[in-house]
Amino acid sequence: MPAVSETIETVQSVTEGAYKWGFHTDIETEFAPKGLNEDIVRFISAKKNEPQWLLDWRLKAYRMWLKMEEPRWPAVSYPPIDYQDAYYYAAPTRPAPKSLADVDPELLRTYEKLGIPLKEQAWLAGVRPDADSDEERLPVAVDAVFDSVSVATTFKDRLAKEGIIFCSISEAVHNHPDLVREYLGTVVPQGDNFYAALNSAVFTDGSFVYIPKGVRCPMELSTYFRINAKSTGQFERTLIIAEEGSHVSYLEGCTAPMRDENQLHAAVVELVAMDDATIKYSTVQNWYPGDSEGRGGIYNFVTKRAHCRGDRSKVSWTQVETGSAITWKYPSCVLLGDDSVGEFYSVAITNNRQQADTGTKMIHVGKRTRSTIVSKGISAGRGQNTYRGLVKVAPAASNARNFTQCDSLLIGDQCGAHTVPYIENRCMTAKVEHEATTSRIAEDQLFYCRQRGLSEEDAVGLIVNGFCREVLKELPMEFAVEAQKLLQISLEGSVG
Amino acid sequence: MLKIEGLTAEIDGKTILNGIDLEVPQGELHAIMGPNGSGKSTLSYVLAGREGYEVTAGSATFDGHDLLSMEPEERAATGLFLAFQYPVELPGVGNANFLRTALNALRRSKGEPELDAMQFLKVARERMRALAMPEDMLKRGVNVGFSGGEKKRNEILQMALLNPRMALLDETDSGLDIDALRIVADGVNAMRGPAFSALIITHYQRLLDYIVPDRVHVLMGGRIVKSGGPELAKELEVSGYTSVQAAA
Repeated sequence: MPAVSETIETVQSVTEGAYKWGFHTDIETEFAPKGLNEDIVRFISAKKNEPQWLLDWRLKAYRMWLKMEEPRWPAVSYPPIDYQDAYYYAAPTRPAPKSLADVDPELLRTYEKLGIPLKEQAWLAGVRPDADSDEERLPVAVDAVFDSVSVATTFKDRLAKEGIIFCSISEAVHNHPDLVREYLGTVVPQGDNFYAALNSAVFTDGSFVYIPKGVRCPMELSTYFRINAKSTGQFERTLIIAEEGSHVSYLEGCTAPMRDENQLHAAVVELVAMDDATIKYSTVQNWYPGDSEGRGGIYNFVTKRAHCRGDRSKVSWTQVETGSAITWKYPSCVLLGDDSVGEFYSVAITNNRQQADTGTKMIHVGKRTRSTIVSKGISAGRGQNTYRGLVKVAPAASNARNFTQCDSLLIGDQCGAHTVPYIENRCMTAKVEHEATTSRIAEDQLFYCRQRGLSEEDAVGLIVNGFCREVLKELPMEFAVEAQKLLQISLEGSVG
Repeated sequence: MLKIEGLTAEIDGKTILNGIDLEVPQGELHAIMGPNGSGKSTLSYVLAGREGYEVTAGSATFDGHDLLSMEPEERAATGLFLAFQYPVELPGVGNANFLRTALNALRRSKGEPELDAMQFLKVARERMRALAMPEDMLKRGVNVGFSGGEKKRNEILQMALLNPRMALLDETDSGLDIDALRIVADGVNAMRGPAFSALIITHYQRLLDYIVPDRVHVLMGGRIVKSGGPELAKELEVSGYTSVQAAA
């Protein structure tokens, strides 16, 4: 069976609102001692055999973090987090695999269960495009991160022929130290915010992508994150550099086992786009959301930012956020180059007791910079969904343009939707537009669908997917189908 | 056969249907006529299972199925179709996707294999040609930005595709010009046959010039006050509903 339809069926076969990905894999794991202090930072750095400069960089971040406070402004509530009561490093004990053949078969089975195709052969054998499209499907190169460690990266050799680097960030530190050192922390500095500082001190792995000048990456790049170990935080760091005239599309997905405790995920993603470069970054976030009473679930506190450094560069963020107990993230674009473009397309679902405070920041610095924000928030159960966005136009950003559209959909009468747009315009020739709507799934829409034979849940799924269509169409095709199913599953049990 | 006995229903405590008795044998087309507020639309909603109506007495069965105890989608699965007076807009949901999802839901319930996108398009295009509908209607959002006439034609297209055994047409003729009326009538007439029956709810007689019913019933004050052959519709056109009321 082709890997794509396998993935889809994995998602499809979910029944009755249960979290399908909630299993735990028994695998020998090495932990750092619990808690966080300078010795732990040194331990992580030593485990990864890092150069001195990176250890110093981490320690600097750690010392900054000590003086910082958790942000209190998001519209989310949770009990205080005890940062000393978690493991900051967990890794499968097997030595780092050299090739897929060396990967622990238990790990491969886990990813197989998740529907993540790690076997290059399946892709090379050719995945048949389905009848809806005439497009030829390109394979997807996958980097899989299990707890703190990257376990496998596929298609490396084929990408290397184009000069593309796609590897774990730990590998990049060793094999491409100059690039890492030049760019790491230049988009999200160590002291940017509480969680970014924490990440900078203890980040364990993540993906590194470098696209050389003029190269169009021939396939989708994808990282799949899995938290497995108990009481562990996951702190991955992703760095993508697109040189002049290059083009790359990158997708990340994430799941975690069901646990009663809350687990922290504090990632940092940095993107750099040079002249005429394009980066398309898509996220399908499906961390364990907690149960219907709000027990357990991932705290997803993530900093994602792009620098459009070059003229006419373009960064497009697309996110489908269905998981996590709490989501706190604002994928942003700093539009430095003239005529650079930033886009943010977001679907965020909160069901049961989930809380999301998410949005974007578009910082216009270059001339004629343009940004588009399309945010679709769906609240069901007792979910609370906040769009928080900043559009900032610097005095020099003449003729900058922004268009923002925030739509909220409410299902049931115990959820909430909130829209908090900040606009700071310091340029007379800039044009900033904001549109917002809030609606409910109307009874007549449901009845119309059901009269045609659709079950109530299928009807909700159809209506919600229609509501999100503008965002979903931005996703790479393979993942758009998956995301549609995911939306429906996330809302199961929300009506009736 | 659709069999309604003593059907009484209220909305917000107000009685709208007040003991309806009606039988539509298989293969027959019946028309229900009546003035505004007589309960015509309520009857179609109660039969199709819309929320908000409380049935306080009576029964409604379709081929022996107790309609009133079923969910709307289960009623649809028995072959009951309601052409809405005001078709509902579903923004962002493609018409083709909606029609295929609905068709496949019904096929699933009958144990038939689902149609893939290509098979569906083939069937849909044939039906659309027959209804003189432009193909781009498949690509648009369900009823979004459709004119009144387009919405009604879309209802008829859905009926043609879903191939129901019993259609309730709720004032499908309202707001149609004469050309659209003819297309709608052709769509209904094309389905006529021993396995298809329909209840055509209308305010005016003119639709019945194009779809000649087997029986005509007059609904007033929540009950059937008079029944007759197709000539009854013509009489009403001449003498109006008040004459019936006086006689009743």
